[in-house]
Amino acid sequence: MARAAVLGRLSWRVADVVDVVEETSTARSLILDVPDWPGHRPGQHVDLRLTAEDGYSAQRSYSISSAPDGGRVELTVQRVEDGEVSPYLVDVVEPGDRFEVRGPVGGYFVWDPDDPAPVLLVAGGSGVVPLMAMIRTRGARGSPAPFRLIYSSRTPGTAVYRQELRVRAESNPGLEVAFAFTRVPSTATDAGRRRVGTDRLRESGWPPDLGPTCFVCGPTGFVESISRLLVDAGHDPARVLTERFGPTGG
Amino acid sequence: MSDTWVDGNGLAGALRELFAVDITTARGTCVGCGTVGPVAGARVYTRAPGVVARCPGCGGVLFRLVRGPDRAWLDLRGVTCLEIQVPDSG
Repeated sequence: MARAAVLGRLSWRVADVVDVVEETSTARSLILDVPDWPGHRPGQHVDLRLTAEDGYSAQRSYSISSAPDGGRVELTVQRVEDGEVSPYLVDVVEPGDRFEVRGPVGGYFVWDPDDPAPVLLVAGGSGVVPLMAMIRTRGARGSPAPFRLIYSSRTPGTAVYRQELRVRAESNPGLEVAFAFTRVPSTATDAGRRRVGTDRLRESGWPPDLGPTCFVCGPTGFVESISRLLVDAGHDPARVLTERFGPTGG
Repeated sequence: MSDTWVDGNGLAGALRELFAVDITTARGTCVGCGTVGPVAGARVYTRAPGVVARCPGCGGVLFRLVRGPDRAWLDLRGVTCLEIQVPDSG
Protein backbone atom coordinates (compact mmCIF):
# COMPACT_ATOMS: atom_id res chain seq x y z
CA MET A 1 0.00 0.00 0.00
CA ALA A 2 1.41 3.36 -0.99
CA ARG A 3 2.30 5.82 1.76
CA ALA A 4 -0.42 8.37 2.46
CA ALA A 5 0.16 11.69 0.78
CA VAL A 6 -0.43 15.18 2.11
CA LEU A 7 -3.33 16.43 0.07
CA GLY A 8 -4.27 20.02 -0.62
CA ARG A 9 -7.75 21.31 -0.08
CA LEU A 10 -10.15 19.82 -2.58
CA SER A 11 -11.56 22.63 -4.70
CA TRP A 12 -13.60 22.96 -7.87
CA ARG A 13 -11.62 23.99 -10.95
CA VAL A 14 -12.96 25.14 -14.32
CA ALA A 15 -12.05 22.65 -17.05
CA ASP A 16 -11.95 23.60 -20.74
CA VAL A 17 -13.07 20.97 -23.23
CA VAL A 18 -10.34 20.98 -25.90
CA ASP A 19 -11.40 17.94 -27.90
CA VAL A 20 -13.98 15.17 -28.04
CA VAL A 21 -13.51 11.64 -29.42
CA GLU A 22 -16.46 9.42 -30.38
CA GLU A 23 -15.50 6.01 -28.97
CA THR A 24 -18.70 4.08 -29.70
CA SER A 25 -22.30 5.06 -30.50
CA THR A 26 -22.90 5.52 -26.76
CA ALA A 27 -19.53 6.56 -25.35
CA ARG A 28 -17.35 9.57 -25.84
CA SER A 29 -14.01 10.76 -24.52
CA LEU A 30 -13.67 14.38 -23.43
CA ILE A 31 -10.18 15.82 -23.44
CA LEU A 32 -9.95 18.56 -20.85
CA ASP A 33 -7.44 21.22 -20.03
CA VAL A 34 -7.50 21.80 -16.28
CA PRO A 35 -5.34 24.71 -15.05
CA ASP A 36 -3.26 23.87 -11.96
CA TRP A 37 -4.14 20.18 -12.24
CA PRO A 38 -2.03 18.48 -9.53
CA GLY A 39 -1.56 15.23 -11.50
CA HIS A 40 -3.24 11.89 -10.93
CA ARG A 41 -2.56 8.21 -10.39
CA PRO A 42 -4.01 5.63 -12.79
CA GLY A 43 -7.41 4.47 -11.53
CA GLN A 44 -8.41 7.73 -9.88
CA HIS A 45 -11.50 9.69 -10.83
CA VAL A 46 -12.90 13.22 -10.75
CA ASP A 47 -16.16 14.68 -9.57
CA LEU A 48 -17.78 16.71 -12.33
CA ARG A 49 -20.35 19.44 -11.70
CA LEU A 50 -22.72 21.01 -14.23
CA THR A 51 -24.57 24.16 -13.23
CA ALA A 52 -27.56 25.50 -15.17
CA GLU A 53 -28.26 29.18 -15.65
CA ASP A 54 -30.98 29.02 -12.99
CA GLY A 55 -28.42 27.73 -10.48
CA TYR A 56 -29.54 24.09 -10.48
CA SER A 57 -26.49 21.83 -10.41
CA ALA A 58 -25.84 18.12 -10.82
CA GLN A 59 -22.72 16.23 -9.86
CA ARG A 60 -21.29 12.87 -10.95
CA SER A 61 -18.07 10.92 -10.59
CA TYR A 62 -16.12 9.84 -13.71
CA SER A 63 -12.95 7.80 -14.06
CA ILE A 64 -9.91 9.33 -15.72
CA SER A 65 -8.86 7.36 -18.81
CA SER A 66 -5.55 9.10 -19.60
CA ALA A 67 -2.03 8.68 -18.27
CA PRO A 68 -0.74 11.64 -16.26
CA ASP A 69 0.14 14.40 -18.76
CA GLY A 70 0.38 17.88 -17.25
CA GLY A 71 -2.97 19.67 -17.22
CA ARG A 72 -4.48 17.40 -19.87
CA VAL A 73 -7.11 15.07 -18.42
CA GLU A 74 -9.25 12.67 -20.43
CA LEU A 75 -12.58 11.29 -19.23
CA THR A 76 -14.58 8.64 -21.08
CA VAL A 77 -18.31 8.82 -20.48
CA GLN A 78 -20.91 6.17 -21.28
CA ARG A 79 -24.40 7.48 -21.97
CA VAL A 80 -27.00 6.29 -19.44
CA GLU A 81 -30.35 6.43 -21.25
CA ASP A 82 -32.37 7.88 -18.38
CA GLY A 83 -29.39 9.81 -17.03
CA GLU A 84 -29.31 13.49 -16.23
CA VAL A 85 -25.63 14.28 -16.84
CA SER A 86 -24.16 11.65 -19.18
CA PRO A 87 -26.46 12.35 -22.20
CA TYR A 88 -25.31 15.96 -22.09
CA LEU A 89 -21.63 14.97 -21.92
CA VAL A 90 -21.95 12.36 -24.70
CA ASP A 91 -24.32 14.17 -27.09
CA VAL A 92 -24.07 17.91 -26.49
CA VAL A 93 -20.71 19.07 -25.14
CA GLU A 94 -18.27 20.38 -27.74
CA PRO A 95 -14.78 21.87 -27.73
CA GLY A 96 -14.79 25.30 -26.12
CA ASP A 97 -17.38 24.35 -23.49
CA ARG A 98 -16.47 24.52 -19.82
CA PHE A 99 -17.61 22.86 -16.62
CA GLU A 100 -16.23 22.27 -13.15
CA VAL A 101 -14.19 19.33 -11.91
CA ARG A 102 -12.53 18.51 -8.62
CA GLY A 103 -9.93 15.90 -8.01
CA PRO A 104 -8.20 13.65 -8.54
CA VAL A 105 -9.92 11.60 -5.84
CA GLY A 106 -9.83 7.98 -4.72
CA GLY A 107 -6.77 6.17 -3.45
CA TYR A 108 -8.00 2.59 -3.31
CA PHE A 109 -8.53 1.47 -6.91
CA VAL A 110 -5.12 2.69 -8.03
CA TRP A 111 -2.18 0.98 -9.74
CA ASP A 112 1.32 1.88 -8.56
CA PRO A 113 3.56 2.17 -11.68
CA ASP A 114 6.62 1.35 -9.55
CA ASP A 115 5.16 -2.05 -8.60
CA PRO A 116 6.65 -4.75 -10.89
CA ALA A 117 4.08 -7.43 -9.85
CA PRO A 118 1.91 -8.96 -12.59
CA VAL A 119 -1.46 -7.28 -13.05
CA LEU A 120 -4.78 -8.76 -14.10
CA LEU A 121 -7.39 -6.28 -15.29
CA VAL A 122 -10.98 -7.45 -15.70
CA ALA A 123 -13.44 -4.97 -17.23
CA GLY A 124 -17.19 -5.16 -17.71
CA GLY A 125 -18.49 -2.58 -20.21
CA SER A 126 -17.34 0.95 -19.46
CA GLY A 127 -15.50 -0.42 -16.41
CA VAL A 128 -12.56 -0.49 -18.80
CA VAL A 129 -12.07 3.27 -18.37
CA PRO A 130 -9.88 3.37 -15.21
CA LEU A 131 -8.10 0.22 -16.42
CA MET A 132 -7.22 2.04 -19.65
CA ALA A 133 -5.52 4.74 -17.56
CA MET A 134 -3.39 1.95 -16.04
CA ILE A 135 -2.53 0.48 -19.47
CA ARG A 136 -1.66 3.92 -20.88
CA THR A 137 0.44 4.78 -17.82
CA ARG A 138 2.27 1.47 -18.09
CA GLY A 139 3.10 2.32 -21.71
CA ALA A 140 4.11 5.91 -20.98
CA ARG A 141 6.35 4.90 -18.08
CA GLY A 142 7.84 1.88 -19.82
CA SER A 143 6.86 -0.29 -16.86
CA PRO A 144 7.95 -3.94 -17.16
CA ALA A 145 4.99 -5.19 -15.07
CA PRO A 146 3.22 -7.90 -17.10
CA PHE A 147 -0.40 -6.90 -17.78
CA ARG A 148 -3.33 -9.01 -18.89
CA LEU A 149 -6.72 -7.47 -19.67
CA ILE A 150 -9.94 -9.45 -19.98
CA TYR A 151 -12.58 -7.11 -21.39
CA SER A 152 -16.22 -8.16 -21.46
CA SER A 153 -18.63 -6.13 -23.58
CA ARG A 154 -21.92 -6.85 -25.32
CA THR A 155 -20.60 -6.69 -28.88
CA PRO A 156 -17.37 -5.67 -30.62
CA GLY A 157 -19.05 -2.37 -31.50
CA THR A 158 -19.65 -1.46 -27.86
CA ALA A 159 -16.06 -2.16 -26.78
CA VAL A 160 -14.45 1.20 -26.00
CA TYR A 161 -10.80 1.69 -27.12
CA ARG A 162 -10.99 -1.53 -29.15
CA GLN A 163 -8.62 -0.36 -31.88
CA GLU A 164 -6.11 1.19 -29.47
CA LEU A 165 -6.11 -1.96 -27.35
CA ARG A 166 -5.39 -4.11 -30.40
CA VAL A 167 -2.51 -1.85 -31.41
CA ARG A 168 -1.09 -1.73 -27.90
CA ALA A 169 -1.35 -5.51 -27.49
CA GLU A 170 0.87 -5.85 -30.59
CA SER A 171 3.30 -3.06 -29.79
CA ASN A 172 3.57 -3.01 -25.97
CA PRO A 173 5.65 -6.00 -24.83
CA GLY A 174 4.08 -7.75 -21.85
CA LEU A 175 0.52 -6.55 -22.51
CA GLU A 176 -2.06 -9.15 -23.47
CA VAL A 177 -5.68 -8.34 -24.30
CA ALA A 178 -8.58 -10.81 -24.44
CA PHE A 179 -12.05 -9.73 -25.48
CA ALA A 180 -15.27 -11.49 -24.46
CA PHE A 181 -18.46 -10.50 -26.27
CA THR A 182 -21.63 -11.51 -24.46
CA ARG A 183 -24.22 -10.78 -27.17
CA VAL A 184 -22.57 -11.91 -30.37
CA PRO A 185 -24.62 -14.66 -32.02
CA SER A 186 -23.11 -17.84 -30.74
CA THR A 187 -21.32 -20.42 -32.83
CA ALA A 188 -20.28 -23.84 -31.75
CA THR A 189 -16.69 -22.72 -31.32
CA ASP A 190 -17.15 -19.61 -29.21
CA ALA A 191 -20.36 -20.33 -27.29
CA GLY A 192 -18.45 -21.18 -24.14
CA ARG A 193 -16.21 -18.14 -24.35
CA ARG A 194 -18.80 -15.40 -24.30
CA ARG A 195 -19.27 -14.86 -20.60
CA VAL A 196 -16.24 -14.48 -18.36
CA GLY A 197 -16.15 -17.42 -15.97
CA THR A 198 -13.68 -19.63 -14.17
CA ASP A 199 -12.25 -21.12 -17.36
CA ARG A 200 -11.71 -17.75 -19.01
CA LEU A 201 -10.07 -16.31 -15.89
CA ARG A 202 -7.71 -19.27 -15.80
CA GLU A 203 -6.87 -19.18 -19.53
CA SER A 204 -6.44 -15.43 -19.91
CA GLY A 205 -5.50 -14.42 -16.35
CA TRP A 206 -2.60 -15.25 -14.02
CA PRO A 207 -2.21 -18.23 -11.70
CA PRO A 208 -2.68 -17.13 -8.05
CA ASP A 209 0.79 -18.31 -7.06
CA LEU A 210 2.38 -15.54 -9.15
CA GLY A 211 0.83 -13.06 -6.71
CA PRO A 212 -0.80 -10.76 -9.25
CA THR A 213 -2.70 -7.62 -8.33
CA CYS A 214 -6.22 -7.93 -9.74
CA PHE A 215 -8.32 -4.88 -10.66
CA VAL A 216 -11.98 -5.59 -11.42
CA CYS A 217 -14.26 -2.78 -12.60
CA GLY A 218 -17.75 -2.80 -14.05
CA PRO A 219 -21.43 -3.05 -13.15
CA THR A 220 -22.01 -4.20 -9.57
CA GLY A 221 -23.25 -7.70 -10.47
CA PHE A 222 -20.28 -8.30 -12.81
CA VAL A 223 -17.75 -7.20 -10.19
CA GLU A 224 -19.38 -9.31 -7.47
CA SER A 225 -19.26 -12.37 -9.71
CA ILE A 226 -15.69 -11.94 -10.98
CA SER A 227 -14.17 -11.04 -7.61
CA ARG A 228 -15.79 -14.11 -6.03
CA LEU A 229 -14.45 -16.36 -8.80
CA LEU A 230 -10.94 -14.94 -8.37
CA VAL A 231 -10.96 -15.50 -4.61
CA ASP A 232 -12.41 -19.00 -5.05
CA ALA A 233 -9.58 -19.73 -7.51
CA GLY A 234 -7.06 -18.92 -4.79
CA HIS A 235 -6.25 -15.24 -5.29
CA ASP A 236 -5.47 -13.25 -2.14
CA PRO A 237 -8.65 -11.23 -1.37
CA ALA A 238 -6.46 -8.28 -0.33
CA ARG A 239 -5.04 -8.18 -3.87
CA VAL A 240 -8.41 -8.30 -5.62
CA LEU A 241 -9.33 -4.61 -5.87
CA THR A 242 -12.81 -3.71 -7.00
CA GLU A 243 -14.77 -0.74 -8.28
CA ARG A 244 -18.51 -0.96 -8.94
CA PHE A 245 -20.55 1.63 -10.76
CA GLY A 246 -24.07 0.27 -10.37
CA PRO A 247 -26.42 -1.28 -12.92
CA THR A 248 -25.45 0.70 -15.99
CA GLY A 249 -22.92 3.33 -14.95
CA GLY A 250 -23.08 6.97 -13.96
CA MET B 1 -30.85 -6.84 -6.03
CA SER B 2 -27.09 -6.46 -6.07
CA ASP B 3 -27.24 -3.85 -8.82
CA THR B 4 -29.03 -1.29 -6.69
CA TRP B 5 -25.82 -0.31 -4.95
CA VAL B 6 -22.35 0.91 -5.85
CA ASP B 7 -19.28 0.99 -3.64
CA GLY B 8 -17.32 3.42 -1.51
CA ASN B 9 -14.89 4.42 -4.29
CA GLY B 10 -17.48 6.89 -5.54
CA LEU B 11 -17.56 8.71 -2.19
CA ALA B 12 -13.90 9.74 -2.43
CA GLY B 13 -14.72 13.32 -3.43
CA ALA B 14 -17.52 13.82 -0.91
CA LEU B 15 -15.27 12.55 1.90
CA ARG B 16 -12.21 14.49 0.74
CA GLU B 17 -14.27 17.63 1.23
CA LEU B 18 -14.31 16.82 4.93
CA PHE B 19 -10.98 15.08 5.61
CA ALA B 20 -7.37 15.99 4.91
CA VAL B 21 -6.50 12.51 3.64
CA ASP B 22 -8.22 9.99 1.38
CA ILE B 23 -10.73 8.09 3.54
CA THR B 24 -11.65 5.43 0.95
CA THR B 25 -8.42 3.55 1.77
CA ALA B 26 -9.13 3.71 5.54
CA ARG B 27 -10.10 0.40 7.09
CA GLY B 28 -13.28 0.39 9.13
CA THR B 29 -14.57 -2.16 11.66
CA CYS B 30 -18.29 -2.95 11.57
CA VAL B 31 -20.16 -2.62 14.88
CA GLY B 32 -22.53 -5.40 13.91
CA CYS B 33 -20.31 -8.25 12.75
CA GLY B 34 -16.70 -7.15 13.23
CA THR B 35 -15.85 -7.27 9.51
CA VAL B 36 -12.81 -5.12 8.78
CA GLY B 37 -12.41 -3.62 5.31
CA PRO B 38 -11.66 -0.50 3.31
CA VAL B 39 -14.29 2.22 3.05
CA ALA B 40 -13.98 1.72 -0.74
CA GLY B 41 -15.51 -1.74 -0.29
CA ALA B 42 -18.66 -0.58 1.52
CA ARG B 43 -22.00 -1.06 -0.24
CA VAL B 44 -23.24 2.41 -1.02
CA TYR B 45 -26.89 3.25 -1.64
CA THR B 46 -27.42 6.64 -3.24
CA ARG B 47 -31.19 6.60 -3.78
CA ALA B 48 -31.87 8.15 -0.42
CA PRO B 49 -31.63 11.58 1.15
CA GLY B 50 -27.83 11.61 1.20
CA VAL B 51 -25.97 8.31 0.94
CA VAL B 52 -26.01 5.20 3.11
CA ALA B 53 -22.97 2.91 3.36
CA ARG B 54 -23.54 -0.67 4.48
CA CYS B 55 -21.22 -3.46 5.61
CA PRO B 56 -20.45 -5.99 2.83
CA GLY B 57 -20.39 -8.69 5.53
CA CYS B 58 -23.72 -8.25 7.33
CA GLY B 59 -25.54 -5.45 5.53
CA GLY B 60 -25.71 -3.27 8.65
CA VAL B 61 -25.45 0.50 8.29
CA LEU B 62 -21.85 1.68 8.64
CA PHE B 63 -22.33 5.39 8.05
CA ARG B 64 -24.58 7.96 6.45
CA LEU B 65 -23.53 11.18 4.79
CA VAL B 66 -25.84 14.09 4.07
CA ARG B 67 -24.61 17.26 2.42
CA GLY B 68 -26.37 20.59 2.73
CA PRO B 69 -25.43 23.85 1.04
CA ASP B 70 -23.08 24.94 3.82
CA ARG B 71 -22.61 21.87 6.02
CA ALA B 72 -22.45 18.09 6.07
CA TRP B 73 -23.78 15.51 8.50
CA LEU B 74 -21.67 12.36 8.90
CA ASP B 75 -23.33 9.70 11.04
CA LEU B 76 -20.78 6.97 11.83
CA ARG B 77 -23.14 4.80 13.84
CA GLY B 78 -21.93 1.45 12.52
CA VAL B 79 -18.17 1.94 12.61
CA THR B 80 -16.29 1.19 15.84
CA CYS B 81 -12.89 2.19 14.51
CA LEU B 82 -11.39 3.75 11.38
CA GLU B 83 -7.73 2.98 10.74
CA ILE B 84 -6.52 5.92 8.66
CA GLN B 85 -3.17 6.16 6.90
CA VAL B 86 -1.57 9.49 7.68
CA PRO B 87 1.57 11.02 6.16
CA ASP B 88 4.76 10.40 8.11
CA SER B 89 5.36 13.65 9.98
CA GLY B 90 9.11 12.96 9.80
